[in-house]
Amino acid sequence: MELLAFGKTGWGDELFYATLMTIAVSVTAMLVGFIFALIFTPLKLSKYKSLNLIGNFYTTVIRGVPELLVIYLFFFGGSGAIMYVASIFGYFEYIEINAFITGSVAIGIISGAYSTEVFRGAIQSIDKGQFEAAKVLGVSKFAQFYKIILPQMLRLAIPNLSNVWQITLKDTSLISVTGLVEIMRQSYIAAGSTRDPLFFYSFAAVLYLLLTYLSMKLINRLEAKYSRGY
Amino acid sequence: MDFDLMITSFPKLLGATVITLKLLSVSLIVGMFLGLFFAILRMNKNMFINQFAYGYSYVFRGTPLLVQIFIIYFGLGQIEYLRSTFLWVILKEPYWCAIIAFALNTGAYTSEILRSAFQTIKPGIIEAGKSLGISNKIIFYKIQIPIAIRQSLPAYGNEIILMMKGTSLASTVTLMDLTGVAKYIISTTFKPIEVFIVAGGIYLFMTFLIHNLIKYLEKKYSFQ
Amino acid sequence: MNIFKKTILTVLASLLIIGNVYADKIKIGTEGAYPPWNSKDASGALIGFEVELANELCAIMKRECTIVEQDWDGMIPALLMRKFDAIMAGMSITAERQKTITFSQGYADEVASLAVMKGSSLEGIDTPEGVNLTLGGSAVKKALKTLTGALAGKTVCTQTGTIHQNFLESGDVGSVKVRTYKTQDEVNLDLTSGRCDVALAAAVAFTDYADKSGKPVTLVGPTFSGGAFGNGVGVGIRQGGDDAIGTRDAKLLKDFNKAINTARKKGIISKLAIKHFGFDASM
Repeated sequence: MELLAFGKTGWGDELFYATLMTIAVSVTAMLVGFIFALIFTPLKLSKYKSLNLIGNFYTTVIRGVPELLVIYLFFFGGSGAIMYVASIFGYFEYIEINAFITGSVAIGIISGAYSTEVFRGAIQSIDKGQFEAAKVLGVSKFAQFYKIILPQMLRLAIPNLSNVWQITLKDTSLISVTGLVEIMRQSYIAAGSTRDPLFFYSFAAVLYLLLTYLSMKLINRLEAKYSRGY
Repeated sequence: MDFDLMITSFPKLLGATVITLKLLSVSLIVGMFLGLFFAILRMNKNMFINQFAYGYSYVFRGTPLLVQIFIIYFGLGQIEYLRSTFLWVILKEPYWCAIIAFALNTGAYTSEILRSAFQTIKPGIIEAGKSLGISNKIIFYKIQIPIAIRQSLPAYGNEIILMMKGTSLASTVTLMDLTGVAKYIISTTFKPIEVFIVAGGIYLFMTFLIHNLIKYLEKKYSFQ
Repeated sequence: MNIFKKTILTVLASLLIIGNVYADKIKIGTEGAYPPWNSKDASGALIGFEVELANELCAIMKRECTIVEQDWDGMIPALLMRKFDAIMAGMSITAERQKTITFSQGYADEVASLAVMKGSSLEGIDTPEGVNLTLGGSAVKKALKTLTGALAGKTVCTQTGTIHQNFLESGDVGSVKVRTYKTQDEVNLDLTSGRCDVALAAAVAFTDYADKSGKPVTLVGPTFSGGAFGNGVGVGIRQGGDDAIGTRDAKLLKDFNKAINTARKKGIISKLAIKHFGFDASM
């Protein structure tokens, strides 16, 4: 147990910060995923076949290819792509993208594909009558969406979004390739240094279970709040 | 875009796909039995038994697959006692360590899928069986299990695809599966995009095949 | 600039932390997981032969250096991506690597060796003390033949993307079952747990591990150099070019070469080598 002590001799404080990092990356990735979902869900639901294609391409490819490959591609190719884009604007210097952004966006792209599917399913299961009623009310399209459709969509989406959250949380374990020190990487470092992989990886499992447990409690509260009146 | 590289790396990647498919199929088969076993345990009246089954599924679904593989491969490999038993013959090989991790993982998800399928069987069907005088045991084997399997096909199809992506983690414990070879090629040629297109393409093709296979099975085994 | 370009730039700028690459400040990448060349101490700070040598060379070059950590398998891509400007990570100078990057002159020699756990059947194998694959010769050929016989059917472990992996896959020792790992640590773990019959890495890496862990790891066979093992360890630098960055890199290469000469003359490299390796491994 002394291995977990806080301070210089124990790994407790490193693991604590690593856990905070895991939470931070997961939350950021989830939000980045929402941004992607807000772009691609309308594409998938659009009446134009070409837009549908783009939307479907995104979800099919990202959900069909292993996360490790996506992360690898992003890590090795992403920096170059951004620098290429920047060079178009005349900026040739090195651009350092910190590991947190790289990791969060990489996971975010993956999370977004799942969130897109969830949003699409949720919108499609809202009764058509709601859309018509919203139109009839005579409010702007913006208000139609935000005040009427979106709240209903969120209520339907929350159970599935909690699944996406679990996936996102666990996928953060894969971004050690970017050098970001989250739970998995810190456990790897500790295990290597103390030559006690069994202890540290088991403890990592405990940490993830703790995060899962706390997430479920929070999400259940959210679900209850949004299902009021149903 | 280096098309030459894409052409030369394709056969190497295809060869590695064989290992991916081996890992996938063995893990799924073992996982299916584990899943069925634990799904049945979950429905048991005894609280210890069903909580134990719940615990298994909670732990393996609540932790990343990467952690599970590392514990089994590196963690168990460290225990001196284990190294002297006959189990070491199995645990020594990264292939079997990966299979054990994958099977336990997919077993947990499968048990959840089957459990929810069992619970959504209309009680009327079971009552009908009972009223015909069929014993509980036969009702279970000849009525409940087949219905549960049919109900789970869509969700299980998803699980197969998730597991296929999971096999990519075998590359973290020295197995040269499709992802492992892709990583190797990327690290020596520094051309991630080309390799990703080919490797990703192979994975997508397999996803496509699995998806269509499940659709076909759903059609073939649907009731009405 | 129209509003579209402006917004894109703002988004980019807000997402990125722009690092400055003034001519006098450079970043040096190292693995931090290959003792005694480079490793980390208990607090996570980078230490080792190359970390100290880097600081010495930077003082001679009168440049401000920061040493950053980088996983081995992403080392060269990170250099090309300009995450840092030089690699000092026990990276041997090989023709293969010279296709993508350039190297300074070698500053230290890394001899490789096979290692086993005490009691292995490979102990006491009859080979000359050192085998230089570039020099070749009948003694070398005979040694390789002995090794091929001894290693037949055995599982040999080494780190991915290293000269050691290249050697094992070159066929010089026949076909062996090669297993590659992300770090030397993992190689050591599997060697001690018995998953690997034998492992291949820098000789000092094994002696360092045996010392620190107390596990009975012993070196067997000859020490290897030359051929697939490259020509010593040098500083990896991007290849020069005509643009602004290329000229900077070309100058960096010149500066490093001059600094290494100076350090060698002053005996700095030898001193550090003896301190970390126990013998003078300088070139």
